[in-house]
Amino acid sequence: MTKTQEKDAPKPPLGKVLVITSGKGGVGKTTSAAAISAGLAKLGHKTVVIDFDVGLRNLDMIMGCERRVVFDFINVIQGDAKLKQALIKDKRLENLSILPTSQTRDKDALTQEGVEKVLNELKEEFDYIVCDSPAGIERGAHLAMYFADEAVVVTNPEVSSVRDSDRVLGLLSSKTNRAEKGLESVKAQVLLTRHDQARIDRGEMMTVEDVLEILAVPLLGIIPESTAVLRASNVGTPVVLDEPSAAGTAYEDAVARLTGKEVEMRIGSDRRPGFFQRLFGRSA
Amino acid sequence: MSLFGFSLKPRRAKTAQTAKDRLQILLAHERGGGGSDKPDYLPQLQRDIIEVIKKYMKIENDDVDIRMERSDDVSSLEINIEVPDSKDTVVKSASKPKADAKPAAKKS
Repeated sequence: MTKTQEKDAPKPPLGKVLVITSGKGGVGKTTSAAAISAGLAKLGHKTVVIDFDVGLRNLDMIMGCERRVVFDFINVIQGDAKLKQALIKDKRLENLSILPTSQTRDKDALTQEGVEKVLNELKEEFDYIVCDSPAGIERGAHLAMYFADEAVVVTNPEVSSVRDSDRVLGLLSSKTNRAEKGLESVKAQVLLTRHDQARIDRGEMMTVEDVLEILAVPLLGIIPESTAVLRASNVGTPVVLDEPSAAGTAYEDAVARLTGKEVEMRIGSDRRPGFFQRLFGRSA
Repeated sequence: MSLFGFSLKPRRAKTAQTAKDRLQILLAHERGGGGSDKPDYLPQLQRDIIEVIKKYMKIENDDVDIRMERSDDVSSLEINIEVPDSKDTVVKSASKPKADAKPAAKKS
């Protein structure tokens, strides 16, 4: 809908569209989308997080609002519900809203025009619009990234995840609105998840430097492998709002960087030092 | 099994480096080729080659095998054609009637 003439104050800047994507499934997109959107809201930014995984709705569970879903993204796109009716206000953070997707439809229910219209409407009200992409590179994933201003490419230090991230980075720089219109390209950053320092030390896992050298994009953050992630999802709480954990802190650092703050990159871990490590003190 | 920090088994090779090397080689090719896994012209090339060979000798479609191999800086296109021996049966072993073309194409 077009806005009526602005009354007096200068128009506030439009919100930023942020896509959380990866190509590969199971690397932590939804966990990251939940943590990042909650983190942004916690810092005082008006934030909405949208589930683009039509037919496999899960963001609502991770956010803990699965029992409050009445209307969804698809209802809004098809004109069956107003955006305001479909948005779920988070009970913990007043700045945070969730736009769930449909569990019964398929990805063909998403249209480019429909997505654009909803995003434009959300941009008027929110500072950040976080799009939780489905896995793959089909319609849902394509539309989740299409209107993005910035992208967070969630990657595990593992060959298939890195390969898929590379593919997605290629799509971000060629198959998005910004690319097609010749605008400034989508700002893409890698979020390395399930990082395990012990396995890296044993030479079993690629290092952060290895992954960055291959993907050649900036690093947004390093999220350590952490039992806190499963625990938080069990109870439907974004990991940054749950009990303090290394993963939660790492997400908070990443969120701060997203908002332009300079935060030193650190590698956290929930792993308790072993007997000998405690005895002799920890190295590095 | 690890006892007092000493491993009883011989140390396993570090696999992270292998992962990195494999990815670097693979992605160098994928990025160049517009992201597709292998060139889409291979099936057509195979059909064309079969047509040409068929003009001169009697072969079956299964007798032609095309594959592309990639390594760091060189790609090779290997075309194997099993040519039937006109007098005997099909010769598979060593000596002559097996045409083996291996033009190595430099990749950018």
